Amino acid sequence: MNIAYSTELICFLILSSVIISGSLAVVLLENIVYSAFLLGGVFMAVAGLYLLLNASFVAAAQVLVYVGAVNVLILFAIMLVNKKEKLKPIEGLKTRKLISGGVCGGLLILLLRVSITTNWNLPGPTSIGEEATERIGEHLFTDYLLPFELASILLLMAMIGAIVLARRDVSIPKDDINDFNNQKSLSDKKIPLLSENSLK
Amino acid sequence: MNSGIDLEMSFTQGVQNLGLSHELAHLLWIPLPMLLVLVSAVIGVLVTVWLERKISAAAQQRIGPEYAGALGILQPMADGLKLLVKEDIIPARADSVLFTVGPILVLVPVIISWLIVPFGQNLLISNVGIGIFLWIALSSIQPIGLLMSGYSSNNKYSLLGGLRAAAQSISYEIPLALAVLAIVMMSNSLSTIDIVEQQNTAGFLSWNIWRQPVGFIIFWICALAECERLPFDLPEAEEELVAGYQTEYAGMKFALFYLAGYINLVLSALLVSVLYLGGWGFPISIDWFSSLIGLSIDNPLVQIIAASLGIVMTILKAYLLVFLAILLRWTTPRVRIDQLLDLGWKFLLPISLVNLLVTASLKLAFPMTFGG
Repeated sequence: MNIAYSTELICFLILSSVIISGSLAVVLLENIVYSAFLLGGVFMAVAGLYLLLNASFVAAAQVLVYVGAVNVLILFAIMLVNKKEKLKPIEGLKTRKLISGGVCGGLLILLLRVSITTNWNLPGPTSIGEEATERIGEHLFTDYLLPFELASILLLMAMIGAIVLARRDVSIPKDDINDFNNQKSLSDKKIPLLSENSLK
Repeated sequence: MNSGIDLEMSFTQGVQNLGLSHELAHLLWIPLPMLLVLVSAVIGVLVTVWLERKISAAAQQRIGPEYAGALGILQPMADGLKLLVKEDIIPARADSVLFTVGPILVLVPVIISWLIVPFGQNLLISNVGIGIFLWIALSSIQPIGLLMSGYSSNNKYSLLGGLRAAAQSISYEIPLALAVLAIVMMSNSLSTIDIVEQQNTAGFLSWNIWRQPVGFIIFWICALAECERLPFDLPEAEEELVAGYQTEYAGMKFALFYLAGYINLVLSALLVSVLYLGGWGFPISIDWFSSLIGLSIDNPLVQIIAASLGIVMTILKAYLLVFLAILLRWTTPRVRIDQLLDLGWKFLLPISLVNLLVTASLKLAFPMTFGG
């Protein structure tokens, strides 16, 4: 066992324990803000795993997309909508928890069985390291062109949809605005997403 | 192809001659450049703080610091020492864990980004293949630290400042990345070394600034916005938000924010000089110069002079840009938050997309000058 190998092993063990405990904490913690920050930590640890596999481009993309965009968006949503609401107690919570725990456990056992019984082709293909960026580019513009373009159309649609939703004009009757005792009713009003005068 | 001075190779060979294994020699080498870069980053910050104080004083017709050392040159040290011994206050109803982790998350990615800053052919910590992309990815972690410290302070100004900072750095990251992409397209590589090499064929005439003037301006505006410098220091606009996300911070934790801001400024200036101003390249081609005085480029003397000239050039270019940033800070008014976001999304983003498109078509039309 040389230095390089043992360093890799130690890094792998640390990263995997961070991922497992982090994702458990994301699900189990009561405070949703902690969950969101820990999710960022889990994404970072996954990027670390990619780095261990010599896939530095994928690791950087993981950080850029998941930590820099997705996680920040989640945090934004949580912080802007910081609503403290008493949830109604759900009936039969214990049995529900038991059932969902059972389903998750079953899934875990199934996955473990697959991972143990499959005959993994070890060691896997040698990594191409620094060349990876060029290879990814080549694939994106040749044999994966259609999925790539479809994904971009999907993103465009999502963007236009978000703009339409954000730009709708909310028309509220004058006396409702002046009615300070009944502020809550404003948000409860059902407003059509696209009324006739909203797209001017 | 001469590889210039390779300190790592000479160091590992020297250690191996002492009778240690190759791996151990490599292990001994690894912390050295990191430590060096960390020290140089901190010294860079001290110099920048002193410059900021002196130049702001000159802009306002004051004298500025003058008692601590000659011309007040030790003033930043005194500032740092003061922050070091100040009491570390955590507000009573703040979230103490997030409050502590926030500033660290802001500082660490900035320091890691120094990994890719080249001061010479072999004078950088690691020539990673993804180079400049690593910096873009790392700088996207910072908003999380800002949101964290803004949220955990339990203060409305902090929360608003944190949200503003995150919104600002997300919106300016996109034109920034697009401006970098145009450069990457021209040099066919993400590595900072290749980007500089590609610019140093004919002295200052081959610098990217002539081929990417629009990209240079976009990058500079976005870099200033990412560093939260005036005219874009909305997150800490005093009149509106007291001090933004830093409001509740004191002592060393505040110093971490301060440090991160200035390290980021120096880093941005260094990267502008790497991407657009030819990095370590001398305005006149060294090859041509050495042939003029009749010495071979492989001559050890020429090599040493070229290497030290490279470091000096990189730092000189970076500090000229820092000077510009400081001058901008003390002479321009602050933009409003809606103007800031308008500028980012409605002006810089379309312009940088057009810039990318034009670069791509120029590359197809003139492969010789725009990197075929």
